[in-house]
Amino acid sequence: MAEENGDKKGTGLLDRVRQDITDLKDTIKEKGKDEIESLKEPEKSQLFRSVFRVKHDETPRNRALSVLSNVFFHLHPAKVNRDAVKYKFTWGMGGITFYLFIVLTFTGVLLMFYYHPSKVQAFRDILYLENDVPFGKLLRNMHRWAAHLMIIAVWLHMFRVFLTGSYKKPREFNWCIGVLLMVLTLLLSFTGYLLPDDQLGFWAVTVGTNMARATPLLGTEGPFGALLGMTPYNDVRFALLGGSIVDANALLRAYIWHCIAIPLIASIFMALHFWRVRKDGGISGPAPIMLESEIKEENRNRPVILRPSGMV
Amino acid sequence: MRRRVIWGMIYGYLGINLLMFLRFFFPRALYEPNTIFNIGYPADFSIGIDQRFLMTNRAWVVREPDRIFVIFARCTHLGCTPEWKPAENKFKCPCHGSGYDSEGVNFEGPAPRPMDRAKIALDPTGKMVVDTSKLFMDDPRAGVNQFNDPGAYLPV
Repeated sequence: MAEENGDKKGTGLLDRVRQDITDLKDTIKEKGKDEIESLKEPEKSQLFRSVFRVKHDETPRNRALSVLSNVFFHLHPAKVNRDAVKYKFTWGMGGITFYLFIVLTFTGVLLMFYYHPSKVQAFRDILYLENDVPFGKLLRNMHRWAAHLMIIAVWLHMFRVFLTGSYKKPREFNWCIGVLLMVLTLLLSFTGYLLPDDQLGFWAVTVGTNMARATPLLGTEGPFGALLGMTPYNDVRFALLGGSIVDANALLRAYIWHCIAIPLIASIFMALHFWRVRKDGGISGPAPIMLESEIKEENRNRPVILRPSGMV
Repeated sequence: MRRRVIWGMIYGYLGINLLMFLRFFFPRALYEPNTIFNIGYPADFSIGIDQRFLMTNRAWVVREPDRIFVIFARCTHLGCTPEWKPAENKFKCPCHGSGYDSEGVNFEGPAPRPMDRAKIALDPTGKMVVDTSKLFMDDPRAGVNQFNDPGAYLPV
């Protein structure tokens, strides 16, 4: 009895396994076909979708979605007026400024691996970076030149925005954010100046912080400063330097403002700045032009002026 | 009412935190050169500019026939340290070119007034004590001249 049952079970199991194997061969073939198909169009595979979330058929809706729903692109407008992005109009200076900020962040973080913000070490580390660290000279000079270029690009960007009247309604607020960003850029440049701890930076910061003495109300030598009890040991300059002279505390404070606080604040304002560019109607531009092929038949005889995307 | 009390507490808490944050940037102890220092007996100094205390205390000791005074070595333009040029008999600031005569009185460049003088006094042993945190200024624009005040010089 037991043996019979065992035999039956045995043959049953064997048959089932055979059946499974033949089934498996078919499904593997089918799956293989799918795999090959998905290799031809990787953007339709499940893997792609799990990462990028949006099905990628080339429809206007999907193209818009891929911008709107992407964490890196969502600050970007989904549609841009083709004339407004011409380089002869924008000079590309805002984008170049942002690119330089990225370069500066990257090279700056790398420089931080070798730099100690202390009176004994700082200048030695600069010499070390210049002369011995592999690619140290390249990194330091990239950081230095990108900083110079960023200042220039910021001013040119501001100049372009001024010339094209892009500070006017509805962009007044974004102009103000832009001015703040410019001040932050100048502060980044100023705090970075002291970090090599050489004669140039030391005296530049001496001069710069001495101007802070003349701050109204908060500086010893400023209007009403002395009346409010300001001395060289409790005024705004003292808070900036962490002392009454440009010394170790000042170096450390400049380092922290330069590497952490100001970049953080600037990043927040940059996100706001880019977002507002979109919300205020995209890059301000010349009156938009439509291609003839884009004009629908029934509108052909009507004069067309399009608003920039997003503008209400 | 309860809601206002709770919001009041939250804002109060945040406000106090802000004040603490601001106060944090003003250190109590400083590791800087002492502003009060002993420069020795008047007889140690001969007529002219003495640079002994320039590197340590940012001050020149000046002896004239009838008085000794101490010039605080800070340019009145933007606070750099001028250099003493014996050959030209003047102080010259390397930052923006202000020039001062041998008494520290400005005569060229952007400096608005003569260099300040530090408080000088005799201690009981007859040595001179200088305090660079107490400065005497001569500002012609404001019509203030403290250079002849007691403490601005030591008669010899």
